[in-house]
Amino acid sequence: MSNVSHHLDEATIMRYAAGDLDEAFTVIVAAHIAMCDQCRQAVHDAEQLAGGLLDVAETEAVSDDAFANLMAAIDEKPELASNVHPFPKRNKISGDVPFPLQRLIGSELDQIQWKKVAPGISKHAIDLGGDSSSSLFMLNIAEGHAVPEHGHGGMEMTLILSGSYTDRYGQFAKGDIADLDEHEEHQPIVDAGAPCICIVATEKPTKFKGIVERLLQPIIGI
Amino acid sequence: MRAALRLVSNTESSAIELAKQHREWIALVGGNQDRAAFQSLFQYFAPRIKAMMLKAGMNVMQSEDLMQDVMMTVWRKSAQYSPDRGTVSAWIFTIARNARIDLLRKASSRPYDDVYELEIAADDKSSDDEVLQSERHECVSEALSELPKDQRKVIELAFIADLSQSEIAKKLDLPIGTVKSRMRLAYGKLKGKLEAVR
Ligand SMILES: [Zn+2]
Repeated sequence: MSNVSHHLDEATIMRYAAGDLDEAFTVIVAAHIAMCDQCRQAVHDAEQLAGGLLDVAETEAVSDDAFANLMAAIDEKPELASNVHPFPKRNKISGDVPFPLQRLIGSELDQIQWKKVAPGISKHAIDLGGDSSSSLFMLNIAEGHAVPEHGHGGMEMTLILSGSYTDRYGQFAKGDIADLDEHEEHQPIVDAGAPCICIVATEKPTKFKGIVERLLQPIIGI
Repeated sequence: MRAALRLVSNTESSAIELAKQHREWIALVGGNQDRAAFQSLFQYFAPRIKAMMLKAGMNVMQSEDLMQDVMMTVWRKSAQYSPDRGTVSAWIFTIARNARIDLLRKASSRPYDDVYELEIAADDKSSDDEVLQSERHECVSEALSELPKDQRKVIELAFIADLSQSEIAKKLDLPIGTVKSRMRLAYGKLKGKLEAVR
């Protein structure tokens, strides 16, 4: 996919490459870069920079028998020793769900179980397990409806999987990601023609602004 | 192999030659399970990975164990390394990073593996263009050596010492926005250089 027009912030690219994002953000960034050649290349470049840093980094002597121990461990597990092969080649990864999301929501968008939370708005919560301080959920919003607006209480990212919405930053369609800073506010409205299905990662509970949204907050849980 | 070892022990050898040497070694490990080549890689990378883990806050025992895990993965996945995806150092960094995420962070490295698998599944061409590889590597070395100290410090803390963005801000007594902008500037420096050769 090459017609992506809204990309990750470069600081986010660096954080992802360094391994500094919470689970929900790691997943959503991986999903975007699975759909976006430009950001995938950018992460790749950042990783090259990390490799350069490793080359000039300090060293710490390893124990004298470290190599011998490692080879002994490899010899003890012949299945590892003989497991030197590339990934099995898949002919094609199927489905309209980006590959890094497939283990969480399956491979087809139309198989997702939605829970109606307000007129025109359905939600699907994703359980990441563990004690992640970030949360991940999907929204399915009917055409013409507003995406619930909120003052951002922390980092938030929204990745469009189907349909589109428009806000003051422009139109967001399949593959586009809104990687917003903490204080940016926006009022996305779903474009005519189709519902908008998106996946949202948030850092912590945020405050909704309007009355309707305040009512929604306990239900949507964002 | 002996010639190769001489090259790496020569402190004058450039980063480019070193990267080329690493590629040759990993190809021998991936293709022939060559233990001498693997030992050469181990001698170079194991002390760097151990130091990286110590910086991330692990004790000596944990650091040594995780280094062993990382080098085991290098052995096991060596045939997955492909030169068109960059330097061996960058590839091994990603393996160490993923091990670190799984052990220390409230996250899993699985999404990184998914992307990697996706790339391999999509990638049927293998451009082994030595010249292009060297040019790109030169860009990375140049960008690193030209970075102002303050930007260099921020990315070292992020990539090698595993500090989070907010920990870096606290440690350097900077607003988080400044940490972010230094990250962006450091990336921008590299991007500018790479775009010139792409
Ligand atoms: Zn992108």
